[in-house]
Amino acid sequence: MSELKPRKDLLDIESLTLDEIEYVLENAVPFKQLFQRSVKKVPTLRGKTVLNLFYEPSTRTSSSFEVAANRMSADVTNFSVSASSVVKGESLLDTIETLQAMRSDYIVIRHQAAGVPGIVAQHTRASVLNAGDGYHAHPTQALLDAMTFREVYPDFRGRKVVIVGDVLHSRVARSTSTLFNKLGIEVGVLGPGSLIPEGRHGFMQRFGSWDEVFDWKPDAVYLLRVQMERQEGQFFPSVSEYHKMYGMHSTRVQRMRELGCYLMHPGPVNRGVEITDEAMGYEKSLISTQVENGIAVRMAVLHWLKPETQLD
Amino acid sequence: MSDFPAISTQEILSPTGIEEAITFLAEEIATRCEGENVAFIGIFTRGVTLATRVAAVLAERGIQYPVGTLDISLYRDDFDNRGSDLPRLESSDVPFAIDGSRVIIFDEVIFTGRTIRAALDGLMDYGRPAKIELAVLVDRGHREIPIQPDYVGKKVETIFDDYVKVRFTEDDSKEGVFLVKEKGGTE
Repeated sequence: MSELKPRKDLLDIESLTLDEIEYVLENAVPFKQLFQRSVKKVPTLRGKTVLNLFYEPSTRTSSSFEVAANRMSADVTNFSVSASSVVKGESLLDTIETLQAMRSDYIVIRHQAAGVPGIVAQHTRASVLNAGDGYHAHPTQALLDAMTFREVYPDFRGRKVVIVGDVLHSRVARSTSTLFNKLGIEVGVLGPGSLIPEGRHGFMQRFGSWDEVFDWKPDAVYLLRVQMERQEGQFFPSVSEYHKMYGMHSTRVQRMRELGCYLMHPGPVNRGVEITDEAMGYEKSLISTQVENGIAVRMAVLHWLKPETQLD
Repeated sequence: MSDFPAISTQEILSPTGIEEAITFLAEEIATRCEGENVAFIGIFTRGVTLATRVAAVLAERGIQYPVGTLDISLYRDDFDNRGSDLPRLESSDVPFAIDGSRVIIFDEVIFTGRTIRAALDGLMDYGRPAKIELAVLVDRGHREIPIQPDYVGKKVETIFDDYVKVRFTEDDSKEGVFLVKEKGGTE
């Protein structure tokens, strides 16, 4: 493997080389093994500070980053911006100035506008980890998805994943499909025509129905969350209509079982919309594994990125 | 030795010398640990090989000790100074309870002692051994912290800037211990 250049920030999947992806995914495995010990913590980031800066509500991602940072002995500050300075009218650059003065080593940022983590990264010596920006990217989600898929399929190249749902509004779909494509995993999509982007992701095969999906024999079905909060226009007639056409229920679970197909979902789940209670109990669901791997991958990313905070 | 660009390279242990040193370590351990509950922990990469080889010699004599592995990367004190040579982590594997047992840590060379300091921290996160000891193939001196080995295969006089390279066929496709003189280098 060629030598890796040190990297300050993780902003998207597109800019990662295959060597970098392999590096993070391979290092995530020993991190995950730490969770089996009674002492789950390592001292690697002792004395370093991680700032969780969330401009959008998030429980799972922010707590996953928090647990990851804690397990590496970093000090974590949660900075929920909607509750504070934005309300008081502080501009983004002023906030960055404030953060710079706090001398955080790592800034984990989620923002409703695409590109904000990139702007922050340019203005700070801290390492910036994009935890989701608008419809753009959610790179650590993609990495944890890849780790999860590779655990069940060590021979992942040439395998097939179908992403189901609101691909248009999903930074998860964008980052995960890009990463899977880089790893040589085939990606298909199924969803309402209004929620499948035109032109983007030419590598993805489009399906019109579950029957077409099952004929393709996917190795995993990746359900997206129906993002009620992002539906400014009406992209599908009703929730029950969506569930009928694209949701995961017992009949479709049975088809998956016959194919030996795994089930993935980035969470949080809208029960009764994209998945029924019954389907949640599917024995080949990887949803909890995704949560666990999320911590391991985020530890591997914190371990990999190199802040420039020691320079001054 | 074309793969060590250096002023001079000197073999300090031949393959036979390594074998004798490993037998010596095994005999020392067998004598001093007789009747005790002993476990070996090898530090990646060549400490694991050393522990495995010593355990194999003892197994031939009917003494069975389990061998675990430890990657100390996450416990190092020089994480901030990592350069472009990014650490690739190995999976530590301690498949036995170390609480109450006599644990012997293995590393191929002891130099500053900092690796062993990290290993002690890492090991304690797996439990509380009754006793921890250290076995090395080569002690090359120049300790920076007060840590000393209990079992030493060979003691070598060096200057700080020398390298001592241990090569095992399992890891390196050749066998031998070499003293490499290259002014200005540190390891």
